[in-house]
Amino acid sequence: MGEQLQPFLEVKELKKSFGHIEALKGASLQAKCGEVLAIVGDNGAGKSTLIKTLSGVLTPDSGSIIVDGKEYGHLTPKLAGDNGISTVYQDLSLVNTQTVWENIFLGHEYRNFGWLNKKKMRREAAELLNNLNISIHNHEEIVGNLSGGQRQAIAVARAIHHGGKMIILDEPTAAMGLRETAATQQLIKNLAVQGYGVIIISHNIQQVFELSDRICVMRQGQVLALVDTKSVTSDDIVSMIVSGTSLNGAIQ
Amino acid sequence: MKNSISTPNNIVRTAIRRSFPQILLTAVLIIMIIGLSVSSEFFFTWKNFRNILDQCSVYLLLSLGMTFVIASGGIDLSVGSIAGMSGVIMAVLMKAGMPVLPAVLLGILSGVLTGIINGALISYLKLFPFITTLATMTITRGIALVLTGGVSIYGFSQSFKWWGTGTIGPINPPIAISLLFTIIAAIIMSRTLWGKYSLAIGGNAEALRRSGVNVKGYRISIYAVSSLCAAIAGLIMTARLNSAAPLAGSGYEMDAIAAVVLGGGSLNGGSGAILGTFIACFTLSVLRNGLTMLAIPTYYQQLITGVIILLAIIIAEARNRREKESE
Ligand SMILES: Nc1ncnc2c1ncn2[C@@H]1O[C@H](COP(=O)(O)OP(=O)(O)OP(=O)(O)O)[C@@H](O)[C@H]1O
Ligand SMILES: [Mg+2]
Repeated sequence: MGEQLQPFLEVKELKKSFGHIEALKGASLQAKCGEVLAIVGDNGAGKSTLIKTLSGVLTPDSGSIIVDGKEYGHLTPKLAGDNGISTVYQDLSLVNTQTVWENIFLGHEYRNFGWLNKKKMRREAAELLNNLNISIHNHEEIVGNLSGGQRQAIAVARAIHHGGKMIILDEPTAAMGLRETAATQQLIKNLAVQGYGVIIISHNIQQVFELSDRICVMRQGQVLALVDTKSVTSDDIVSMIVSGTSLNGAIQ
Repeated sequence: MKNSISTPNNIVRTAIRRSFPQILLTAVLIIMIIGLSVSSEFFFTWKNFRNILDQCSVYLLLSLGMTFVIASGGIDLSVGSIAGMSGVIMAVLMKAGMPVLPAVLLGILSGVLTGIINGALISYLKLFPFITTLATMTITRGIALVLTGGVSIYGFSQSFKWWGTGTIGPINPPIAISLLFTIIAAIIMSRTLWGKYSLAIGGNAEALRRSGVNVKGYRISIYAVSSLCAAIAGLIMTARLNSAAPLAGSGYEMDAIAAVVLGGGSLNGGSGAILGTFIACFTLSVLRNGLTMLAIPTYYQQLITGVIILLAIIIAEARNRREKESE
């Protein structure tokens, strides 16, 4: 990390309200390629809302988003995708009535002279899931019939497959078993080594410390602190999440 | 092979499991055909078969469009009225001296425009498809009534009537058009992005939107296609009867919806199969044909058809639910 001068992704003073609920009250943040940034915060702190503005799903009321040096008032899913941002949403965003491989290629289908190339998609989906060590017996199964952890794994596989430069994961391991969680964590580390930027939202403090280079603490729609993981203890982070102050009172 | 797989075996087995509604329906159809063949020697003849296909053609066209609409989680109650209105517009234009081809094209265009309006209202104003198409159903029927003054327009040129009563080899234009559309629709549903996205919109439109797909545009085009099918059905109806009746096509939307659901479509969206829709339409036509042949009075026919549709839907729905719980 650190070699890169310019952050790949930067948001400035983002505001977003839903009716009278102010989900974001001027949040600012930077994320670089090659590093894992963890976002932590209580339920309702605005974490998912923040990353949804980054992936273009939500339009912020004000503020700006700078991707790779280009400044936008807001993104669209297509624009975010074209800029190399791919996202695993907290609610996964899978089409439950469609098969495993159809979901992996959703919005990025292979075509051959305009016709769907199902053979290629089936083959690549099988390769991808094998490489990622995700075990699902039947890729023809519709996703709605799979377990929560399997569904989460498919959403992660999809984001990885679409690649790009920045991968955003909103609580990707919340429903996973031990083995799958370990595999996903390893995957995230590898991504950063390969030069991807990773933003991960997690409520699991141990996981945050194991994975991240920096931690962003959100509270009530604002970024309370953005710290190097090495410079803080887990007790500091917990205290910031819960009461809004770090143990030694120092918040950058 | 511990992990993965879309083996051919898996593909086939899963496809069969998922085709239960269609398989069930085909079984019913075969039993009906055997029963009717035994009770009437006229039933199993080419002439009667052609007759059934001919009767089926208008319903089939409406049902094909409806399959995509229902796949996308919507419903289109306006198709019967659009068929009626398009036929009336063609009739009015021809009576005003316009040649057949432009009159037909304008009639079809008026139908497609209605579909685009349906889709735009549903996409942009986020109105419920049921209410939206209920309103356009009333409006298009109103237009047909206003244009005709409530009385049928009849007596058209030979070249217009050809669309309903001409011959193409052993069949006629209604059969040819409806079968051709069935084949095209089946290819679109299974081989193109448009078909896949119709199903995906019904499964989880937000997921598709988040994948960067222009869901609004696709949704509008789905309703446009449904109304295109309806307008062509209107052409066939009008040409066949040599008359554009202001109330033509009333209630046909119900038959189309029934056919799609019988064929394996779910009103929850996300499923729908062209082959299933085709078999369902054909089965309903065989049923009507058979009831007529057995000299069952029309009022009873309506009753019997309704009960059979209800039974079939109950069986399909029960199976759906079991499938969901067991896996
Ligand atoms: N679509 C929406 N409509 C209305 N309110 C919303 C919507 N999305 C989020 N909110 C509100 O915005 C606030 C922030 O929600 P957000 O989902 O960003 O929290 P979060 O930090 O991701 O929480 P969690 O840890 O529970 O996932 C909450 O008060 C929530 O109720
Ligand atoms: Mg959240």
